[in-house]
Amino acid sequence: MSLREARRDSALCLSVEGAWTARRVGALEPAVLALDFSGLRQLEIDCREVVTLDLSGAWLLYDLEKRATAAGLSVSYLGDRPPTVRLVAQTLSHDGESVVTRLERPLQPVTALGRSVIDRWQAALSGLAFLGETALRFARGFLDPRVWRPISIARHVYETGIHAIPIVALIAFLISVIIAYMGAQQLQKFGADIFVVDLVTVGVLRELGVLLTAIIVAGRSGSAFAAEIGAMRLNQEVDALKATGVEPIEVLILPRWIGLVIALPLLTVIADAVGVLGGALLCHYLLDMPLVQYFQRVEESVAEFTFWAGLVKAPVFALLIAGSGTYRGLQVRGSSRELGRLTTVAVVQSIFLVILADALFAVLFMEMGI
Amino acid sequence: MTQPVIEARGIVNQFGAQRVHDGLDLTVLSGEIFGIVGGSGSGKSVLLNTILGLRRPQAGEVRIEGTDITRLDDAALRELKTIYGVTFQAGALFSSLTVLQNVQLPMLEHLDLGERALQELAMLKVRLVGLPADAAQKYPAQLSGGMIKRAALARALALDPRLLFLDEPTSGLDPIGAAAFDELLVGLQRELALTVVMITHDLDSIFRTCNRVGVIVDRKMVSGDLASIAANPHPWIQAYFHGDRARRFGAGHGA
Repeated sequence: MSLREARRDSALCLSVEGAWTARRVGALEPAVLALDFSGLRQLEIDCREVVTLDLSGAWLLYDLEKRATAAGLSVSYLGDRPPTVRLVAQTLSHDGESVVTRLERPLQPVTALGRSVIDRWQAALSGLAFLGETALRFARGFLDPRVWRPISIARHVYETGIHAIPIVALIAFLISVIIAYMGAQQLQKFGADIFVVDLVTVGVLRELGVLLTAIIVAGRSGSAFAAEIGAMRLNQEVDALKATGVEPIEVLILPRWIGLVIALPLLTVIADAVGVLGGALLCHYLLDMPLVQYFQRVEESVAEFTFWAGLVKAPVFALLIAGSGTYRGLQVRGSSRELGRLTTVAVVQSIFLVILADALFAVLFMEMGI
Repeated sequence: MTQPVIEARGIVNQFGAQRVHDGLDLTVLSGEIFGIVGGSGSGKSVLLNTILGLRRPQAGEVRIEGTDITRLDDAALRELKTIYGVTFQAGALFSSLTVLQNVQLPMLEHLDLGERALQELAMLKVRLVGLPADAAQKYPAQLSGGMIKRAALARALALDPRLLFLDEPTSGLDPIGAAAFDELLVGLQRELALTVVMITHDLDSIFRTCNRVGVIVDRKMVSGDLASIAANPHPWIQAYFHGDRARRFGAGHGA
């Protein structure tokens, strides 16, 4: 036992024994809380037998003193009041009450709605300001080409483009195989095997090549942009750049935008080529179509604009991905949780924007009759 | 007072071909504040990680209260980590938690406490290091440098350790803030009978707080009380204790 009670008339004598340490507070607290002060006028605490009394144990005794005093008892120690208890009392008595847990008052529905509208409006404005500032910086490059840091751009083309080639090629190949395979299953029923070629080429060149490439790049590079720039913000590197007189938009944002605008169309061309080749392979082995016939049909099925209708979307997608990645990265403030949250936002947002833009392009091209 | 709490013998730490420590010995006695000094790159933080059991040395043994921690398995090491508290150079507070939650984290991991005890004990530690009560609900990003150091100390004290390791506790503080921190440290050390191992570059801080110092020179440690270390003929030690910046201590500390 670490707590022994002895009652004499209206006095309670508590003998504190053994180890009263942080590890044992959890076990000791219920016993201390269970003490009944009713009908008592005096509490004596005997700490002479205690082996170790650390700060947590001392807090328990201090808490006991406080509750006993509140119940109208006079508290005294047999022997000295332990120094750790004194320290706890000193620490906690400075300005009265200890734990101040302030709960945020839930907002009224109308207030909440209004505030979220204002927040969104301000977010839209700051996004627009970011876009405008970057565009201005870019335009300044026509007067002073040094603004477009070619070495930095090359690095980003290398990291977002060259490094992505294997995964982009693999995915383009698999997708064209899937389309060809599913198309063949249906079209064979009508004896229209040859149209598998149209399906693969038009599908890959106009839509899937560029769309899938953009989605992969959004996952790879959009997140990398946000995380890199966000970590630089946490590390005060962005402030250091500003203090050096270097404009962060110029060294951090523009090279990434330009780099991706160069890299994404190139990746798209690779994805298109691999997709068409993948279709050729499947048609050759699954449908026993001679390769010469396949490529003849490719030539027939591809209209003047089919390839370009796909490729022209790539720079737009690149701007959307680079824009949301870098913008979210610059928004990181304070904590590593923010970094994770905004990286996620960057990826989700850029994929959403890419698909939205693709839908708009589809409508536009239809209206234009392409 | 005189029995060793930490005893390291013949520590060798090596990264690739670069040997950081070569047969380093270190003894820290119970109830003292021991300062570790050394040039940048002399392996102070590596030594600290070795003593903490975060890094196994290539050779040598580290005894904490008699147990050789270089031979412990993971479970025993975890147990050992409850007897010491550590603060890291930049504070290393968890940025997604408030100060109070930072202090509560070790308690939640290692102690079985009720909700009320958890709140009150964490608050006690926050107040103990001289932080105002309203700082408890703040996030690390909202604190000043001095408050971060104090909050880190509060977290290190969460489990009422007997042993405290501080990595450059006063770096980045203004002289007045550093003096206040030293005063706090000496007060806590006396009241709680702590043994403190402190890495520091701050000469003022050493003279204010340390009973003994150990200097890492030539991959080994030279240790002793302040007067004997200051009298050591090694050129680095001479430059450190008797350079321009140390001159003003010359008279006052008999160095």
